[in-house]
Amino acid sequence: MTHFMVLPLITTAVMAPALLFFRGHLTVQRTLSLVTTVALVVMTALLMVEASSGAISVYKMGNWDAPFGIVMVLDRLSALMITLTALLALGVLVYAVGTGWDTRGAHFHPLYQFQLFGLFGAMMTGDIFNLFVFFEVLLIASYGLMVHGGGRLRMRAGVQYVIYNLAGSTLFVFSLATIYGVFGTLNMADMAVQAASLPPEDAALVRTAGAMVLLVFAVKGALLPLHFWLPNTYTHAPAPVAALFAIMTKVGAYAILRVFTLVFGPSLALTGTLFSDLLMPAALFTTVIGMVGVLAGGSLARIASFAAIGSMGTLFIAIAPFTEETTVAALYYLVHSTFAAGVLFLVVDMVQSRRGTCALELRAPIVQSGLVASLFFAAAIATTGLPPLSGFVGKLFVLDALRDHPWAVWVWGVVLVTSLVSVVGFAQAGSVVFWKAHSQPADETTQPPATGVALAGLGMVLGSIVIMTLAAGPLTAYLTDTAAQLYAPDAYIGAVLGGEE
Amino acid sequence: MEILVAIIIGSLTAVGTYLMLRMRTFPVIVGLSLLAYAVNFFLFASGRLMLNAPPLLYTDAPHTDALPQALTLTAIVIAFGMTAVAVIMALAAYLNDGSDKLDMENAAPEVTPEERGQ
Repeated sequence: MTHFMVLPLITTAVMAPALLFFRGHLTVQRTLSLVTTVALVVMTALLMVEASSGAISVYKMGNWDAPFGIVMVLDRLSALMITLTALLALGVLVYAVGTGWDTRGAHFHPLYQFQLFGLFGAMMTGDIFNLFVFFEVLLIASYGLMVHGGGRLRMRAGVQYVIYNLAGSTLFVFSLATIYGVFGTLNMADMAVQAASLPPEDAALVRTAGAMVLLVFAVKGALLPLHFWLPNTYTHAPAPVAALFAIMTKVGAYAILRVFTLVFGPSLALTGTLFSDLLMPAALFTTVIGMVGVLAGGSLARIASFAAIGSMGTLFIAIAPFTEETTVAALYYLVHSTFAAGVLFLVVDMVQSRRGTCALELRAPIVQSGLVASLFFAAAIATTGLPPLSGFVGKLFVLDALRDHPWAVWVWGVVLVTSLVSVVGFAQAGSVVFWKAHSQPADETTQPPATGVALAGLGMVLGSIVIMTLAAGPLTAYLTDTAAQLYAPDAYIGAVLGGEE
Repeated sequence: MEILVAIIIGSLTAVGTYLMLRMRTFPVIVGLSLLAYAVNFFLFASGRLMLNAPPLLYTDAPHTDALPQALTLTAIVIAFGMTAVAVIMALAAYLNDGSDKLDMENAAPEVTPEERGQ
């Protein structure tokens, strides 16, 4: 048992309160926060190398054996998720520092580290009640970040976000109680063992518990019809925060992958294909609503929000069949859509801070119009899934993996038609903001051009998309191993419950 | 006793849900608190209902399960903290806007002049 695997958790948990001591000292806070996040990228990358061997590391909190104590588990999926989080967080943080977003309210940097603490914890824990606790940690940090900078509409959107998630958390506790009542345990590996030996008369309770957990994760993942919190939240959140929130919806997707392959897996006779059947139609509708929203958004921020919903729909389409092949496609699309949504929100912020609004109405041309337009063009290509960026590769993967699915016609139809719809939506938005603007008289007020630091942050996220397009081969090899590990849960169960000292 | 506990949990949940649908911050927060009570009872009952039994495992005598009690304690603390956050944010939104409605207009974000100047 190595202590190294919990270092990302400990670093963020220590740095978050430590940064509070330096309030008022902006340079110190920025330096510490950036250094910490760089260190997190290095740590998570090392952990990913460690996990890529196929070893499943287990860390017992306080050395209490599972299932009595809480365990942190690092397998390929967890390592992938924390590395993804750290990479996105670094790019977004650099952007926030470069644009001065972090100075527009109090405590941006401590909250940011708390947010990362909650995300890492949720992605590594092996105990479902602990997952709830880490959800609350990441949520309470996100409440603070969401209203960072204040403002009338942002506060109101913040209240909606808080209330919606409180209701979701309450439902989570209801489902946890049901799970404990049926399984008699909350350790996910132990639940998997118990699930196999449950009598058939418990089927109704097991199904209810599973469906309730699925609903909770669907709220996080913005799956229709539980997506209503997302558009207002992402539209009104500060841009760097909205970009970081790109990973928040993926936490829902991660939790579904984890729980519904390990505990309520496809081989569990009591539930059968129930969850797959529930997820697929919801995912199809989510994709449609998201992409239609792109067409009808009315402002760039809202378009980006609906694009995020649409990409979650496509992601859930790939998750829904719960087979190894489709999960590889889902994981690739998960990584891609995180970076794509991140970069899109940052570009929208560049437009908004120059025009004063991101509403689709005619305004004077913006400063650095050519640069911002090209960035928007790249982000739109990535989001809609046009070649040459990874969105195209990702969608191709999804379509190919679902070719033999009974719903293949629907999946292909929905994904292809909605892609076209979103291309039209983005093209229309881009032409109003960047091209038709030249017919307007120039704006008298001069706006400073983007700083190199801000562009570097944006470049990091965009660069990640380019890299994952170029390195699609090696990445897919890792993801194939990840999916294989997910659908052979015995190794996970053995690592957690085995008597390894 | 099971029936009594079930009725309590059911009515708290029903009232809480109804209040949450009122779409104004005060009833919604009260509704959330009631839901939190309901869920705490439910969590408590998930370890089976026992009267006058010690919270010990591995005894032959009747015993009660101590774990749901610990979980309930955690849930209470979290619900308390979250309700406090919700109250403060609702208050801030009300003072900013003069309205306590949860619904909001479909407007583009506002950018203040100092935000534009950077």
